[in-house]
Amino acid sequence: MSDRYSQIVNSLPGRLIAGRVGLPQPTPLERHRPGAPVLSGRALLGAAPGGRLAGPIAKALAEAGVQAATVGDGELRAAAADAGLDAAIFNPDSPGEQRFKALVFDATGIADSTQLVELQRFFHPTARRVERSGRVVVLATPPAACAGPREHTAQRALEGFTRSLGKEIGRGATVQLVHVAPKAEGELASTLRFLLSPRSAYVSGQVIEVGPRVVKKAPRVDWERPLAGRRALVTGASRGIGAAIAETLRRDGADLVLLDVPALSDDLEAVAKALDADTLALDITEEGAPAAIAAKLADGIDVVVHNAGVTRDRTIAKMPTERWSTLMEINLSSEERIDDALLDAGLLRDNGRIVCVSSMSGIAGNSGQTNYATSKAGVIGMVEALAPALAKRGATINAVAPGFIETQMTGRMPIAIREAGRRMNSMSQGGLPVDVAETIAWFASPASAGVNGNVVRVCGQSLLGA
Amino acid sequence: MNPKTRPVAVVGGNRIPFARSNSTYSKASNQDMLTAALDGLVDRCSLDGERLGEVVGGAVLKHSRDRDLTRESLLGTRLAPETPAYDVQQACGTGLEAAILVANKIALGQIDAGIACGADTTSDAPIGLNEDLREVLLDANRERSTTGKLKQLARVRPGHVVPAIPRNEEPRTGLSMGEHCAIMAAEWGIGRDEQDELAARSHHNLASAYERGFNDDLLTPYLGLERDQNLRPDSAVEKLAKLGPVFGGPEGTLTAANSTPLSDGASAVLLASEEWAKERGLPVLATFVDGQTAAVDHVHKREGLLMAPAYAVARMLDRAGLTLQDFDLYEIHEAFAAQVLCTLRAWEDPVFCRERLGREQPLGAIDRDKLNVNGGSLAAGHPFAATGGRIVASLAKALSERGGGRGLISICAAGGQGVVAILEAPGATTKGGKRS
Repeated sequence: MSDRYSQIVNSLPGRLIAGRVGLPQPTPLERHRPGAPVLSGRALLGAAPGGRLAGPIAKALAEAGVQAATVGDGELRAAAADAGLDAAIFNPDSPGEQRFKALVFDATGIADSTQLVELQRFFHPTARRVERSGRVVVLATPPAACAGPREHTAQRALEGFTRSLGKEIGRGATVQLVHVAPKAEGELASTLRFLLSPRSAYVSGQVIEVGPRVVKKAPRVDWERPLAGRRALVTGASRGIGAAIAETLRRDGADLVLLDVPALSDDLEAVAKALDADTLALDITEEGAPAAIAAKLADGIDVVVHNAGVTRDRTIAKMPTERWSTLMEINLSSEERIDDALLDAGLLRDNGRIVCVSSMSGIAGNSGQTNYATSKAGVIGMVEALAPALAKRGATINAVAPGFIETQMTGRMPIAIREAGRRMNSMSQGGLPVDVAETIAWFASPASAGVNGNVVRVCGQSLLGA
Repeated sequence: MNPKTRPVAVVGGNRIPFARSNSTYSKASNQDMLTAALDGLVDRCSLDGERLGEVVGGAVLKHSRDRDLTRESLLGTRLAPETPAYDVQQACGTGLEAAILVANKIALGQIDAGIACGADTTSDAPIGLNEDLREVLLDANRERSTTGKLKQLARVRPGHVVPAIPRNEEPRTGLSMGEHCAIMAAEWGIGRDEQDELAARSHHNLASAYERGFNDDLLTPYLGLERDQNLRPDSAVEKLAKLGPVFGGPEGTLTAANSTPLSDGASAVLLASEEWAKERGLPVLATFVDGQTAAVDHVHKREGLLMAPAYAVARMLDRAGLTLQDFDLYEIHEAFAAQVLCTLRAWEDPVFCRERLGREQPLGAIDRDKLNVNGGSLAAGHPFAATGGRIVASLAKALSERGGGRGLISICAAGGQGVVAILEAPGATTKGGKRS
């Protein structure tokens, strides 16, 4: 599982050689440590004139205790003052030696393609001032919600900018575009915190939709333990990414019910013991599984994480029915049945969460994985299909789509394929199970009540399927 | 105690021209210069043999022998030797703080007239004994026997000849004031151009003040110098733009021209009750209305070292019931052009005014044409403790000359401090205020 190449090129001689011969030089990514601030440095806030998000962003930054600066624009300073954000001023003409951990740009004011130059104005003097493992977040209006074709065009154009900046910024920095629907301005906090913090270390080049809150009352959140008092079911929890999800949700305060197949119950019990969790050893593809799960969760459940999944790789020409069907049952069909059972019984509590695990293969496709990619694309379909219905019930459904994550499974890959997978992304390295888990924890947070129907890749902005 | 206060008149001022460090005044001590400034004031205001209530003054860079610099200087002047004096020290705020102290005693009726003064030399600077050597010598002094003394003296090492030279740095941050100001300039986004413009304007304003004889009754020539040595009447933004940064690294915006040079000089200003002035046929140029000090935590909260005046002015305005726009003239000490510009920007900035000053609305912008109209420290130079006296005297005269008005003084000081004051001359034209 160890990424020896990263270790070598981050040693002094390795760095010199890699620099000379132009090999990729992955930056060791910062990751969350309990008690650490949201952002370990200053955030610079900029905005295109006439935007609607400067105030809400400033408020979210102030509440998150982020040290901030703004460009010296009157509108922005007034917004910062109103939000109680004690921000310094940054003047690109008199920059001093200022560096920033994050650049946050409100692009909602860009209503015409001629105004896209605001991106150049803000990022040209600042892009090189971003520190290692820095963060860039551009906030925009969902094109579909734009007033007219000009604004739609301009807002859609932003995606090309963020995806390109993600590829050129380097040094472990990430770049995201956040679409904030009208009337969802107050729902930014959990998403901004996630994207600015080291929790999103391996998430880059993503477009995230933030919409109106699915519950009436804004939930009160303890940001250190957002899941305190909430119950979460994690399937496939005995090892790898599933175990990391369980650990992370537990860290955030959740009471856990961990599920895995009976064959892995020893591993499952070990994980559960360490996390003080309840267990459920069953095969989710069995006919009685949904009812058994519903019975186990008779008191209700706040968060359901469909993590269980398998690969059964073969090209389609060599794929027997059994190989196809087993996988489809585990990866997709059983999830549908479990959701139906829980929803029909009304067990998903108010402000509930369903979080699915899709895959980069489900987006990009992968040779030898027709079955796997079909199931994971199906997961995306499930998210799309259920999101509006769940919103009406005061719940959300989202999915993560991991790219190359360092696990036992990837550790067994042939070296050439493994190295290609690791390096062919903007971070030049694989992600860790915790990166997937952190993204799931963000979806699961009661504060993410405006985050619904998203598929967010945890892939370091992989070249595949982008 | 007198429950009533009375108006305090600024009667007159005098200073010697300010010289650049290690130049014309390089051999003059603080006491020499202060004596000259005081004697000039004695001449101008006919104070020969007069016993004043008090003379208050100081210097920032002081020799240990200058224990009572002001009193010793006074004894060299033609003021009555029976005039008491004491020293104060508040970095660059020394001169203005001295004026506040004198004014307060006059207002309370404790004295009728007094002089606030200050001097500083960066040429004749105090050089201390090497700290290790000093300890050895003190230890030797404590020994009673000769052998004991010799034993201690045997600890003297060749390295001990290196003296302790006063350094222009903040003791708690180790950064020079220029470096601190460079940080402020960057944090407030102060550009190079605006700093150079302010510097050039300072020179032009001081030059034209000299041209029209404004300084004739504010200055006494000294050691052959008749004008401030640092003044460059032909100073131009284009020329200033060519200078490289001296603070803030290669991306810095502070240059030798938009930062005050080290300089030598002294100033004195006579304050009195209106009756006292009237009895002697002396003019009331302006009244000293109010004063305020403030300090910031530049150590732990990392606040801008020179931002304290921004706080002091806000607090003083609240007390006086004035707005920042209720002034006809503004005298903001130009320690660095960037300091002035940071202060002005802070007053205009909604974030600073809300978060730091606790105000719903910013104090707002000022009319730049009313700022440092007769030149500032960038042109005149800045002998630390002498700057307050220079500003009080010239602002009082300027207010009187324009037939009344209200003036604001703002001076930043080392250690994160600020001293500010309000002067008024009868016939104020700008509206506002409870007290006018």
